[in-house]
Amino acid sequence: MAKLYSKKRNSIKEMKPSAATISFILSYSQALKIVKVGKLTFDTLSN
Amino acid sequence: MANKVQTPDAILLHDYISGNESALQILIERHQSKIYGFIYSKIQDRTVCDDIFQDTFIKVIKTLKTKGYSEEGKFLPWVMRIASNLVIDYFRHNKKMPFQRETDEYSIFNFMTDSSLSIENQLIENQVELDVRKIVEQLPDDQKEVIKMRFYEDLSFKEISEITGVSINTALGRMRYAVINLRKIIEKNNIILTN
Repeated sequence: MAKLYSKKRNSIKEMKPSAATISFILSYSQALKIVKVGKLTFDTLSN
Repeated sequence: MANKVQTPDAILLHDYISGNESALQILIERHQSKIYGFIYSKIQDRTVCDDIFQDTFIKVIKTLKTKGYSEEGKFLPWVMRIASNLVIDYFRHNKKMPFQRETDEYSIFNFMTDSSLSIENQLIENQVELDVRKIVEQLPDDQKEVIKMRFYEDLSFKEISEITGVSINTALGRMRYAVINLRKIIEKNNIILTN
């Protein structure tokens, strides 16, 4: 195509999740502990 | 900060798995726009997109913490594939067809800024954009998907092939046929795409 008609750089690049979403993900990551006991896996979320 | 930006994904992942939580924050900041943009291109609803973005990273975190990740160097395509699967699950659950675009909430034209154009030229350009989007919608689904991922979401063919689960050659082939078909549609309907 000789010319691109889409304005992708203006449209998609600025899309970002909300700050609350990012904050939740980071908090979840910090709180999550996964322990393997034999064949079992235990997830624990600590405050 | 400059050093952090240059740190490869694989090293950040290794740091994160070793217990450095801040590595995850860098990875999210680095890739959030691409991942969220991808989700938003399928579902034009901010709330749902935030939920899917969140669920995507919950899966990522769980996989990383259980040491289940083994695709070093391909972090973004891996996350995009998870997001893509969650988007499919969302549509399956809601029994809706994917790839809906152009709603009141989201329009490509909301993000276009070119003040140097006259109003007439702006109208023409808008019409051309609309025509192209309509033409793209007429393509078969596999070709339409490649066109959108490449031109609207700015993904590389490597990333497209990994997200869609086909080889790079297949993705390239689909693009080739998509361009051929676009030209056929344009010629058949005598559409003029100039400004």
